Amino acid sequence: MIRDITLGQYYPAKSALHRLDPRTKLIGTLVFIVSVFLFHTFLGYAVATVFLGGMILTSKVPVKFMFKGLKAIFLILMITVVFNILLTPGDVLWQWGILRVTKEGLSLAGRMAIRLAYLVIGSSVMTLTTTPNQLTDGLERLLRPLNKIHVPVHEIAMMMSIALRFIPILLEETDKIMKAQIARGADFETGNIIQKAKNMVPLLVPLFISAFRRANDLAMAMEARCYHGGDHRTQMKPLKYAGCDYLAYGVLALYLAVAIAFRAVGI
Amino acid sequence: MSIELKNVTYTYSPGTSYEIHAVRDVSLLIPDGQFIGMIGHTGSGKSTLIQHFNGLIRPTSGTVLYNGEDVWAENYDRKKLRSEVGLVFQYPEHQLFENDVLSDVCFGPMNQGLSRQEAEKEARKALLQVGFKEKNFGKSPFELSGGQKKRAAIAGVLAMNPKILILDEPTAGLDPKGRDDILDQIAQLHKLRGITIILVSHSMEDIAKYVERLIVMNHGQAAFDDTPKKVFLHYKELEKMGLAAPQITYIMHALKENGLDVDENATTVDEARESILKALKGNRSKQAQEEGSSGQKAEQEGRKNG
Repeated sequence: MIRDITLGQYYPAKSALHRLDPRTKLIGTLVFIVSVFLFHTFLGYAVATVFLGGMILTSKVPVKFMFKGLKAIFLILMITVVFNILLTPGDVLWQWGILRVTKEGLSLAGRMAIRLAYLVIGSSVMTLTTTPNQLTDGLERLLRPLNKIHVPVHEIAMMMSIALRFIPILLEETDKIMKAQIARGADFETGNIIQKAKNMVPLLVPLFISAFRRANDLAMAMEARCYHGGDHRTQMKPLKYAGCDYLAYGVLALYLAVAIAFRAVGI
Repeated sequence: MSIELKNVTYTYSPGTSYEIHAVRDVSLLIPDGQFIGMIGHTGSGKSTLIQHFNGLIRPTSGTVLYNGEDVWAENYDRKKLRSEVGLVFQYPEHQLFENDVLSDVCFGPMNQGLSRQEAEKEARKALLQVGFKEKNFGKSPFELSGGQKKRAAIAGVLAMNPKILILDEPTAGLDPKGRDDILDQIAQLHKLRGITIILVSHSMEDIAKYVERLIVMNHGQAAFDDTPKKVFLHYKELEKMGLAAPQITYIMHALKENGLDVDENATTVDEARESILKALKGNRSKQAQEEGSSGQKAEQEGRKNG
């Protein structure tokens, strides 16, 4: 039930994508996202699809996992599509009262849907092939220049990795408390929205308390090990680029060049 | 009021690399009124198995029958099942949420459709039965000590008047006194209410002291299912599973191997004491006899020589 949420969940496998440096994957995802917005024709999206498909294949993660993330944004996706279809002015294809569907609306809705879906799938490729810790390590390293303008990069990265680490723990906890309350006859499914919200109290109160308790324990454990922030902290496994990373950057540069070229030429 | 499991298998995340067969092909019959212990090392599938008993999780394959009815049949009232089969999770104190203990314990009975008054009556009864002091009824659950919280949480399930009570390591994180208190109260409940109790535990000593039937889980399978005495005879196999028989079993076996005629089936300290005392007395009289007979022999030899 509740453990089926995959966004930000690592899928262990042995693939070239798993071995890449997290920085490469972060930049790669960024490039992919930019490209999705650079492309604005269906031919362009075909190129993005080929690229994304290639990535999914090399990742060796079952395709099913990639699409799981889409479930979470399904509602947003549907709303975007419906509004774009109904509210875009242009050549009217079909009209019923105030509802009307235009050719431009359909094409805009299609592009929006593709963009949104690719954004999610693209980031899923990254999060499924990178452990949360690697991810924050990568972010920390990439954002280190910001230290010069007094952005507490290390602290932010630490907060992120802790937050990410806690997602599965809290999910498990939710599952456990839910079951315990169901065993006491709680009902989380039926009733109207107000009743449902009320029924959540026996779940949310223990969950919040446990989150605070865990935060407290963790803070104590960190302090006991003399944690004092980012200055002069070294890493056990410093990030290092390897041959495949340079290759990946090459592919990315080529892909970005294609995207820019498509935009410039207007196809 | 029996629960019957037929070839129950449960798999977590089937079809992924996280796939884990937590329970494999387990068939069990839990008749009325038994005090059952369940033991197994961490990850042996105990906790997953017990969640099948009250329909919290659906077996990947196999059937769960309550009073002969398939609990996963369409239209089966699983809410009713859950009020008859009470399940107390590990660290039940983490489920407390109300402002005061009494209201929290009322949560279950009120979900059963009782009025606040009736629920309070049940709650008071349950709280007193687990040895919770009346002066603490109005306290916030978060002001209580660990043992008290645990009692309150157990009462929360007990107040629903279950016919079968399952407790998943109810003594985890308690000091020895708190542990004995709670276990004694559970045994008392078994006698008082005549309900079936399934006690999941890590401690062989606790199990040996209280239960009449012991189910040993290993790699998701029920490796042994017998009286504790018979199960402990397999203490070498238990060790291979990362478990151990009660320490007393080892002492008794060692004594027996070294020639003291004790009953190696003794599983509690009291039984062992009886048996050792008996064996020692027996030995003494035997020794006396032997001394007597050897004296006679010497006498005979002496006569021959003379």
